[in-house]
Amino acid sequence: MTTQRILIALTLAASLGAAGAARAAEGTPVPPAQKWSFAGPFGKFDQGQLQRGFKIYKEVCASCHSMSLVSFRNLAEAGGPGFSEAQAAAVAAEYKIKDLDDKGEAIERNGRPADAFPAPFANDRAAAAANGGVAPPDFSTLAKARTYERGFPWFVIDIFTQYQEQGPDYISALLQGYKEPPKDFVLPAGGNYNEYFPGHVIAMPPPLSDGQVTYDDGAPQMLAQYAKDVTAFMMWAAEPHLVARKRLGFQVMIFLIVLSGLLYFTKKKVWSAVH
Amino acid sequence: MHGNSTYQPQSKIGQWFEKRLPIGGLIHSSFVAYPTPRNLNYWWTFGGILSFMLGVQIITGIVLAMHYTPHVDLAFKSVETIMRDVNYGWLLRYLHSNGASMFFIAVYIHIYRGMYYGSYKEPREVLWILGVIIYLLMMATGFLGYTLPWGQMSFWGATVITNFFSAIPGVGETVVTWLWGGFAVGNPTLNRFYSLHYLLPFVIAGVVILHVWALHVSGQNNPTGIEPKSDRDTVPFTPYATSKDGFAMVAFCILFAWFVFYLPNYLGHADNFIVANPAVTPAHIVPEWYYLPFYAILRAVPDKLLGVLAMFGSIAILAFLPWLDTSKVKSARYRPLYKQFFWLFFAVCIGLGWLGAKPAEGIYVVLSRILTIYYFAHFIVVLPLLGIFEKTRPLPNSISESVLGSKA
Repeated sequence: MTTQRILIALTLAASLGAAGAARAAEGTPVPPAQKWSFAGPFGKFDQGQLQRGFKIYKEVCASCHSMSLVSFRNLAEAGGPGFSEAQAAAVAAEYKIKDLDDKGEAIERNGRPADAFPAPFANDRAAAAANGGVAPPDFSTLAKARTYERGFPWFVIDIFTQYQEQGPDYISALLQGYKEPPKDFVLPAGGNYNEYFPGHVIAMPPPLSDGQVTYDDGAPQMLAQYAKDVTAFMMWAAEPHLVARKRLGFQVMIFLIVLSGLLYFTKKKVWSAVH
Repeated sequence: MHGNSTYQPQSKIGQWFEKRLPIGGLIHSSFVAYPTPRNLNYWWTFGGILSFMLGVQIITGIVLAMHYTPHVDLAFKSVETIMRDVNYGWLLRYLHSNGASMFFIAVYIHIYRGMYYGSYKEPREVLWILGVIIYLLMMATGFLGYTLPWGQMSFWGATVITNFFSAIPGVGETVVTWLWGGFAVGNPTLNRFYSLHYLLPFVIAGVVILHVWALHVSGQNNPTGIEPKSDRDTVPFTPYATSKDGFAMVAFCILFAWFVFYLPNYLGHADNFIVANPAVTPAHIVPEWYYLPFYAILRAVPDKLLGVLAMFGSIAILAFLPWLDTSKVKSARYRPLYKQFFWLFFAVCIGLGWLGAKPAEGIYVVLSRILTIYYFAHFIVVLPLLGIFEKTRPLPNSISESVLGSKA
């Protein structure tokens, strides 16, 4: 048993050291862990935050980034930004959607709640051509498609703390991570220096700055707030049933714990005869 | 499946039916009267848990298949439609994707339990080999299923794994083209993977029936590793094993639910939320966690063909375990040296898993090589020699004696 302990301790020590070394070598800081309203077992999206985030998406991000898996009707669905159906329809009506009329002629009509958010470019190639060769990623699943390496022992601890917000932490840090490049850093033409981006050269210019978007609810019009709000909105877009999932999860947990307790005592009673 | 049934149905209809097809007797003798050793601990509940997980995977999978579209342009979107617009689609899909991981957690515990207590030894060699076949089929099914969402990791994982076959001398490239149904992973690949992913679980279910059959012929092993000698050593399956398995199954479901509801993407990979793009290779192509030790073995060997052979060999060698372990004593409880080597082997497998997730460079490659050599040495050197040199502890005379002895 002691050999076993020593072995485990050695493995832990070795992996800790290696993880630390790997991180230092890349020179990318760890995105700071933010407080998210949707984190943890009772997490919920903050409606006001999602509405502010949507405003940023609409006014800033949407000029380059599509969000093709999200429909206008989603804005009015439970667990989301809390728009009324009429408000969602009004948002839809602001957009022009390419369609065919009864004669098969190409037309542009006003958007309806059932429509998906239209993409800013006609196709991926056009998006790439207009953005220095790479199409800006679609927003629909982006908050779940980005992460950073947790390393040991964090990835074990995360199981117990339910930390699932690597994506939002990374995106929010990235949006605030634009800096002057270090003196010896050669920045390629068209690139921007970002602390948190792997390799530090990102094609996207700093998208948000203080005072850029006007908030109607008195929230501070600062970069840090913008970054957080739009990131929360992206998380909702990527996981629109998150609130329902966590709520059902709690009910299922209570049921399973009670049932397993009952089964435990049943088993004890049954086995009492032979023990 | 065990002995002649004395089962007599109560009702007239039951008696009429039993005379023509004695299925009631089969169920009664297999799951009610079947004698199980009275000293089984909770490590023995994972067989039942695995059957339950197979059921969960098949049921959620059949419903998911009703909504999924196996086409390179539509697969990713159809999975997202399940997540967004199908009623409780997110639940079905998270149950299925996390269910695969839970299935593997349970199977690894089940396999290590078999190794610790020597459950592969006479008379259970065929039972063990059937288990190895199930494990291989599970690995194939898991891999095929991971391709279906058609994200970046799906695509590149499929590319890497199918490329293993290009290592076959002479015909490798031809075999890979044949597997792909084209000159790269593409729509024909996705279609056939979907077809096979739907087929293999039923093959698994078939082999599981053989596995359970073989189990009921030889009887269960137990923590002492000695066979039951009298009725005092066993208890009937129902209510004893059923009540214990039932509790363990629900307790396991708590772990399952923890992941499904609170950490649904923890065991997956962020890159799989990016739609497959043959033109962009992800920075690190990493397989699902349950393949990582074997991936480490593959990359530890500098030669491609030898690496692939080492990887498949590391699983195939399990089938020979009953003959590689030369000890007459089954349970590690009475094998002080084997117990140490068992835990060392376990630590090596965990280490290989960790290395499989790391880039194949520098110290990681060196460590992978050392651990790979040890992995094989455990089977080829340690186990055969231990049986000859190890001084085992005295065995109790019977299971009931060991139970009473441990109480005193």
